[in-house]
Amino acid sequence: MAAGNIETTTSPRSGTAWRKRPSAPTADPVIAPARISLRGVSKTFAGRHGSVEALSSVSLSIGAGEFVSIIGPSGCGKSTLLMLVAGLEPATGGTIDIGGKLITKPTSDLGIVFQQDVLLEWRSALDNILLQCQIRGLDVAGARDRARELLAMVGIDGFASSYPHELSGGMRQRVSICRALVHDPPLLLMDEPFGALDALTRDQLQIDLLRLWSRRRMTVLFITHSISEAIFLSDRIVVMSPRPGRIEDVITVDLPRPRRLAVRETPEFIAYVRRVTEVFKSLGVLRDEDP
Amino acid sequence: MSDAVASRPSPPATAPLRLRRIVLPYATITGAVLLILWQLATYVFHIPSYLLPTPLDILASMIADWRLLLRHSWVTVAEIGAGFAISVLTGVPIAICVTYSKFFDRAVYPLIVGSQTIPKVAIAPILLAWFGFGIAPKMIIVVLVAFFPIVINTVVGLRSAPPQMIHLARSMGASGWQIFWRFRMPQALPSIFAGMKMATILSVIGATVAEFVGAESGTGYLIMIAGNNFDIARQFSAVTVLSLVGMVFFWLVERVERLCLPWHVSIRGQH
Repeated sequence: MAAGNIETTTSPRSGTAWRKRPSAPTADPVIAPARISLRGVSKTFAGRHGSVEALSSVSLSIGAGEFVSIIGPSGCGKSTLLMLVAGLEPATGGTIDIGGKLITKPTSDLGIVFQQDVLLEWRSALDNILLQCQIRGLDVAGARDRARELLAMVGIDGFASSYPHELSGGMRQRVSICRALVHDPPLLLMDEPFGALDALTRDQLQIDLLRLWSRRRMTVLFITHSISEAIFLSDRIVVMSPRPGRIEDVITVDLPRPRRLAVRETPEFIAYVRRVTEVFKSLGVLRDEDP
Repeated sequence: MSDAVASRPSPPATAPLRLRRIVLPYATITGAVLLILWQLATYVFHIPSYLLPTPLDILASMIADWRLLLRHSWVTVAEIGAGFAISVLTGVPIAICVTYSKFFDRAVYPLIVGSQTIPKVAIAPILLAWFGFGIAPKMIIVVLVAFFPIVINTVVGLRSAPPQMIHLARSMGASGWQIFWRFRMPQALPSIFAGMKMATILSVIGATVAEFVGAESGTGYLIMIAGNNFDIARQFSAVTVLSLVGMVFFWLVERVERLCLPWHVSIRGQH
C-alpha cells in the first residue's frame, strides 16, 4: 500500500508511456491507472428463502494498467463482484482497496459500462458523454474535444449529435464506453458490455476497446461469459465457480499485443480456450459427454 | 470533414426531418363525411328536429347563441383549467413522495388508490352542501378526478428508471438531487404526460358532472336548462362546445409534450 503511486512506470505493458497521446488537449493532472486488491471478499444476500452466498472469500490483486477478465457461469457472482469494487454494494466480509483507498461507499474514481448502454434518450451522443463531466463538475467545454476524440477512436465521430434512438446497438454501446472514459478514469469496470450485441459487432467492439485501452492504459476489470472474448482481450483471466462464486483458477494470457483478430486462430489461443474449457468441465459447468 | 472509410458507419445525411402531421386531415375528412351522412339521414328518414337536430341546425343555434355559449363555457374552462393545474401541482409532488418515502408508499398511496373507488358523482352533492353553488365544488371534483391518473402515472414513470441507470449515476458521484433531476425526472416525463392527457379528458367530464348536480352557470348548467326547455338544438350546441374545449385542452397538453419530449418514442412514431 505504501508503494501506492509509483505505478506509472511499472505498468505491465511498460515501454510505451501509457498516457502518450497525440496532441492531448487536456490540462488534467495525470491520473495513474489504479491497482486493486481484494482480500477475502465475500457477499451474502438476505433472500426470501434464507440468505444466499453470492461470493465466498475472493482474494485477487490487479496491477495498475492491467486488463483482467472475470469469467464464470451465470449466477456465479461476477456482477456482484463488480458492484462491490465500484462500492455500489457493501461487501459482507473482507476488504477491497483501489489505489490504497479502502472502498466503503460508491467510489467515483472509475468509469462503468453495463450490458445495457443506459444512454439517456433525451440527450445526443455527445451530451450523453458529457453528462459524466457535468455530474462531476468538471470543465465541460474542455471535455468536448476529448469526447469527440473518443468518438473518433471508436469510429462514430459523425454521430456526435445523433440521439440514442438513431443509433444501432453497437454504436450505442460505443457511446457508453466513451462516456465511461471521458474523465480519464484510472479504472474501467465493464459488466458483460458486449453480451447483448451480435457476433460481428461484438468482434468490432473488442477491437475498439483494445484500441482505447492501448492509448489510455487504464486498469480494466472486464466481466464476460465468453471464453474467447476473455482470452482475446485480457492479460489475465479469473475463472470463477458457480454459486457461491469462488476463484477457481487465474490464467495469465501471454499473447503478443497489439492483438489482431487472426490471433484467435493461432495454436496458442486455442490452447488457452482449451485450458479455460477444461476448468469449466472440471467444475461441471460444461458437460459434453453423453450421460 | 471526416473521410469515412467504407466499413465505418456513415453519419446520417441530414438532421432528422420533421414531417408535418398527416393525421389531422384524415380525421377532419372522416368527421366531415359523418356530419354529411347525419344531415342526409335526418332528411331521408324524416327525423323530427326536436329529437335529433341536423348539424346545420346545431351550427345555426351555435351562431345565434354564441354570446351565451361563450359566457357559460368560459366558466367551465376556468373550472377545468384551475382544477387541472391544482391536480398537476399536487399530484406530481405526491407521486415524488410516494417514490422516495416508504411511509408515503405504504401508508398513503394505498389510501389514494382506495379512494378512487368512491364515485365522484356521489360526493358532488356533499361538496355542494359544503361549498355552495360557486366554482369551488366544481374545481374540487375536477381535482378529485384528474389528480389520480397524474399520481399513478408519475409514480410509474419515476420508478421506471432502470437500476443500472441509477448505478451509473452513483458511480459518477451524483447527489440524490442530481439523480432526481438529471435521471429520474426526465425518464418519468413521458409517463407524466400520459397521465396529464388522461386527466384533461377526465377533467372535462368532472366539471360537467359537477355542474349537472348544482350550478348557476357553466356549460353543464346550460345543457340542463336547455333540456328543461326542450331546446335540443341548444343542448347539442353546448355539447359541441364542451367537446371542443376538451379537444383544445388535450391538444395544448400534447403541444407542450412535443416541446418537452422530442426524443420520446411516442412522438417519434408520428413522423
